[in-house]
Amino acid sequence: MSLSVVSANRLRDGVAVWLGPGGKWVERVEGASLFDAQGLADAHESAAKAQDDQFVVEVTETPAHAELGLPMPETVRERIRTRGPSVRTDLGKQNRAEPPRPVANGHATPAPSPHAGIYFYDELDRQFLRDRAETFRAQVARRLSGELSEDEFRPFRLMNGLYLQLHGYMLRVAIPYGALSAQQMRQLAYVARVYDKGYGHFTTRQNIQFNWPQLVDVPDILKTLAEVDIHAIQTSGNCVRNVTTDQFAGAAADEVVDPRVFAEILRQWSTDHPEFTFLPRKFKIAISGAPVDRAAVRLHDIGVLAHRDETGEIGFEIYAGGGLGRIPIVATKLRDCLRVPDFLRYIEAILRVYNALGRRDNIHKARIKILVREMKPEHFIGMVEEEFAAMDPERYRLDQAVIDAIAARFASPPFAVLPQSFEVMECDRRADPGFARWVRTNTNPHKQPGYISAVISLKPIGGIPGDASADQMDAVADLADRYSFGDIRVTHEQNLVLPHVRQDELHELWSALGPLGLATPNVNLISDIIACPGLDYCGLATARSIPVAQRLSERFADLDRQHHIGEVHLNISGCINACGHHHIGHIGILGVDKNDEEYYQITLGGAGDDKASIGTIIGPAFSSADVVDAVETILDTYLEYRQDGERFIDTYRRIGIAPFKETVFATHR
Amino acid sequence: MPLIDSQGRVVADHWTWALTETECPAVSAIVPLERLPGLLECEPDGRRLGVFLPAGTQPEAVVPYLDRIDVIAVEFPKFRDGRGFSLARSLREHHHFHGEIRAVGHVLPDQYAALVGVGFTTVQVPEGQAVERWADSLSVPGGHGKKRVSQLFGRLVGHPAEEGFD
Repeated sequence: MSLSVVSANRLRDGVAVWLGPGGKWVERVEGASLFDAQGLADAHESAAKAQDDQFVVEVTETPAHAELGLPMPETVRERIRTRGPSVRTDLGKQNRAEPPRPVANGHATPAPSPHAGIYFYDELDRQFLRDRAETFRAQVARRLSGELSEDEFRPFRLMNGLYLQLHGYMLRVAIPYGALSAQQMRQLAYVARVYDKGYGHFTTRQNIQFNWPQLVDVPDILKTLAEVDIHAIQTSGNCVRNVTTDQFAGAAADEVVDPRVFAEILRQWSTDHPEFTFLPRKFKIAISGAPVDRAAVRLHDIGVLAHRDETGEIGFEIYAGGGLGRIPIVATKLRDCLRVPDFLRYIEAILRVYNALGRRDNIHKARIKILVREMKPEHFIGMVEEEFAAMDPERYRLDQAVIDAIAARFASPPFAVLPQSFEVMECDRRADPGFARWVRTNTNPHKQPGYISAVISLKPIGGIPGDASADQMDAVADLADRYSFGDIRVTHEQNLVLPHVRQDELHELWSALGPLGLATPNVNLISDIIACPGLDYCGLATARSIPVAQRLSERFADLDRQHHIGEVHLNISGCINACGHHHIGHIGILGVDKNDEEYYQITLGGAGDDKASIGTIIGPAFSSADVVDAVETILDTYLEYRQDGERFIDTYRRIGIAPFKETVFATHR
Repeated sequence: MPLIDSQGRVVADHWTWALTETECPAVSAIVPLERLPGLLECEPDGRRLGVFLPAGTQPEAVVPYLDRIDVIAVEFPKFRDGRGFSLARSLREHHHFHGEIRAVGHVLPDQYAALVGVGFTTVQVPEGQAVERWADSLSVPGGHGKKRVSQLFGRLVGHPAEEGFD
């Protein structure tokens, strides 16, 4: 006889609940009823009523059996739900002694950081965010009263960054183009402590996610964030999402155009855009202003590369129709050199063609990349150009005055006049091999003499990629104030950056990072793994990502070995939606579900840079037990074939996949 | 189902729907696109015509008739289907239609500002929705009728809705 349990999330706080005897919903699976086929009909009736009463949402039925007399769901997903994240056994239902949340009271807004690399709001900008928070408060009230159905409410909660996941709601807060001030970081730490469980997760899209907020608290969270000029607007939903860019913007030595001003113009232009808020699917724009593409622009719905011609005038190279997910595609180039006044007109033309013609009959074929492919790129470009030509250039003109007004809101850090490089930093490097190693991997050249950008790795050995505790956030804010004009950046590799550090203070900074667990010298090395939250948190995932990242990181814990292997990008996604960007990892790992067991498919040769490419699948998927060994064999093979100075990806491009296939499947059949 | 203008006021609806009849309607009526050419030929005195455009209609399909019709009713089969926004905007901006553009179907008060922003002038409030919600949505909740403010970019370039379409 087949049995099932019925689970759901409680509407007001998102907590996972199960249907127990007498139509009661219980917080622990121990109290759940096991329904046979006959009982299931009544259970569904009862669940439907609980949904009509605005008590639960997302009702799920799962096969289950009795284990030691207690109900046990049969899927990995639902079993994780009964306990909490497997990578944080201190959190969720598995920890019966979890401390209660502190009470929010009398929190003073942290002091501003006047020199940070963010756009500085005026009072009206700030009022706009406060109003948005109040609008969402009213929408939540309408949802709780039943005036809005879940189906009607969902797009509005998504447009405010609020998802419903495995263990509850998840709030995704935008960090526009990755720029964050020390003040903002402290406010994020406050939100993490008071409304969440003391930590946040930095994502591949320069956002931060909180995993445990309650629906009823979210308007207050948004109001709290509004006081420091941050928001969760359009971090989800079928609209233009957070615009991403190079984490070293405004600092990098090789930068030709600072992309932040144009990213900010795109952010404000796209916020509540009347025409483009109900697109066929989500829409991601990336912009980069350096010859080395650090924003993976060719893998976005629209990608923009800003450059300057011989006269110094800015031009934009425009790409469209790139993306990862189920069908990874490298974007098509639409324009070589779009002029600044036409920037928004061209972007609007692309979006209008997409909004009118993008598929709405199949969610998996709704992204612009499918439209471009189905129409053929030439035809798509023709339609965009036709629309562009029909639009009034004056109406859509991006005036220099507008650019100047937005640019004026960005502070210029008061750099000291320093020598090109400091003897003291060189001495420190010679005297301290640990420091020297960190400098080699975790810094980037600065345009300003005597300065350097420092990358703070959020990938400690065996840690959870991208996670930072509230205490770490506060500590980074303090260090940013002390060493980097209060400026912090979030990278799409899930690390943090202090962009403007004096070279003669770098050793001091490094010494301060160590005790905080933030000085791992592994940026761009094998343990600098990009990983999505996977099945430990995510309702869409098919397998866990984080435990694989942790085991890989531990396997390669030896720093000498990591540095010997050199630059390798290893990216892990827990499902085909590819939030972990596995397609563009030099080594990509995709978690799949095979009869309720987690398996991992490996791809090789992906890249997100100017030689953007989608990785090739090496062969059948590996069991969870074998996947780490398989990666090790792949890297051993690389070391065997490596020629002078070659990175992993260079060797791969030279020799192809065959040698890797051979060794991996000889060893792990 | 009440009809509201762009300020949330209920207005009289002088139009009848004639989506199925095959005869020439005697009063001003909103008719399907495919019947429009025929009906334009048989105009009883003083009678005017409007057209119903299902979601996904391309603006070019109605362009030849724009100067002979007064109302375009744009369908929203589901509030999430945003094609109607681009259709309205094209009709205003590229084809300079000056008549009434009416949103019909599944739309939500939360979309009101966007509808007006792309050129809709009326909304047929769907069954079961409180009309007041629509007017409410134009001001800040709990803000005692305070108008919404714009971010800097919006203030610099002005709002399409305030600028008007021509």
